[in-house]
Amino acid sequence: MPQDSVLNTKSSAVRTEEMVLNMGPQHPSTHGVLRLELTLEGEIVSKVVPHIGYLHRCFEKHCEAMTYPQIVPYTDRMDYLAPMGNEFGYAIAMEKLLGIQVPERVEYIRVIMAELQRISSHLVALGTYGADIGAFTPFLYCFIDREKVLNLFEITCGARLLYNYIWIGGLSHDLHPDFVRKTLEFIKEFRPNLKEVNDLLSHNRIFIDRTANVGILPIDTAINYGVSGPNLRGSGIKWDVRREDPYSIYHKFDYDIPVGEGKYGTVGDSWDRYYVRVLEMEESCKIIEQALEQLPDGDVQSAIPKRIKPPVGHVYARVENPRGDLGYFIISDGSTSPYRVKVRAPSFVSMQVLNELCKGYMVADVVTILGSIDIVLGEIDR
Amino acid sequence: MKKAEEIFQILKDNFPESNLELKNDQPTEAILIAPPLEIDKISLFLRDSSELLFDSLMNLSGVDDPKALLLSVYYHLESTKLKHKITLKVSTDRNKPEVSTVTEVWKGADWHEREAYDLFGIIFLNHPDLRRILMPYDWDAGYPLRKDYENPEFYQGMKVPY
Repeated sequence: MPQDSVLNTKSSAVRTEEMVLNMGPQHPSTHGVLRLELTLEGEIVSKVVPHIGYLHRCFEKHCEAMTYPQIVPYTDRMDYLAPMGNEFGYAIAMEKLLGIQVPERVEYIRVIMAELQRISSHLVALGTYGADIGAFTPFLYCFIDREKVLNLFEITCGARLLYNYIWIGGLSHDLHPDFVRKTLEFIKEFRPNLKEVNDLLSHNRIFIDRTANVGILPIDTAINYGVSGPNLRGSGIKWDVRREDPYSIYHKFDYDIPVGEGKYGTVGDSWDRYYVRVLEMEESCKIIEQALEQLPDGDVQSAIPKRIKPPVGHVYARVENPRGDLGYFIISDGSTSPYRVKVRAPSFVSMQVLNELCKGYMVADVVTILGSIDIVLGEIDR
Repeated sequence: MKKAEEIFQILKDNFPESNLELKNDQPTEAILIAPPLEIDKISLFLRDSSELLFDSLMNLSGVDDPKALLLSVYYHLESTKLKHKITLKVSTDRNKPEVSTVTEVWKGADWHEREAYDLFGIIFLNHPDLRRILMPYDWDAGYPLRKDYENPEFYQGMKVPY
């Protein structure tokens, strides 16, 4: 629960003063270069002003000087923990604008990759969250499994982190002959490991004491701020772009949308946001298994256009990235490069709610709350 | 769930004096064009009207159009309860780009508007904290996403083109 203001609890004879504390830009728990300007009353936070832009690489400006296919590798570098999702969103937006129907095999492979990416991204979120709070062991457990996912990406397209795999209209490579077998093996190994992480971290009393009832985000506030993804679902609303605004072939699979239930505290606290991610990984496993089972044959490059010159107009398309609703707004003037590209980055939007969440908590809780929002500075600053 | 035409009709009935227009010639979504200084009132109505309930601002982006001497702002709205969407657009004079803020309606608009100010120089009237956001606070060489932007030679004594 938020602490009462120090000013109210002390006698008026004691002189108190607000203090401004800079957290970052080089603070390990800020997950990148982020500066938080904390206004403190004693150890209690009364205001948080985030300062961003340290990682600004002019993505949107660069796009205007490049052709449409050249932009794909740049999208990787926004949310660098989930590049497959970024490419997926861009490809969907462009295909909507161009009116391309991609082969079924491509759709299946894209969904498999996006869900594997969700697992690997959530593993980083979980591991680093534990490490922020002081539990270092789960971090290593998570990274072992993440490594296995990266190996799967490596045999698919040669790259481990920045893939340039999902192209407009197709894919850069077909699957490796061993991919299906290795992925099924991975899922078989991963499920017991996930249980182990749960035992080590999720239901650990110390972890629960640090996260439950901390940083409660009510649904109305979340929607008003535009918060999306696991942060929104942690507040107890079943809202997922894969369900609400279906894209690709997600309607063919059977999976649940986990939501926060306030198991150890209040609905929408840091623990709920954390635990939604744990549950989502299991759902991703289900989707991957179904997709691998139904995987059709076909040519993954047959629909890639030779020359990309979309009609004059604009398009807005979005996907459910591990961090939430990732949107691309593209305006075409009929030439081979876009007139304007705007990315609605989920972390950029979620980050704004930080001030609301941190008010009244201790400085150490700022780390907890920031970790539970799971931001990636690469996509905030673009 | 309502179509763009129905939403347009509801808005027209409630704002008879405003200059509203629906553009349907796009290859994808339709756009509803609204006056820049009334967008706050229109947004509030869109959010609170019981048959519309646009409770979420998905995206807000600035766009420069030097040929028409205009700066535009696109709003992508969505109703999480009624599941419909709409795209709004306002255009303002490039030499005096002023748009009413919608931060009172959707708090999430705050940083989006700051970004549009930072990169396009669009002034959002009554915005609570209109500062640069992605560029350095002391950047005085203009607004980078404008089409006629040119890099300065020096920033704080450091050479910019490399």
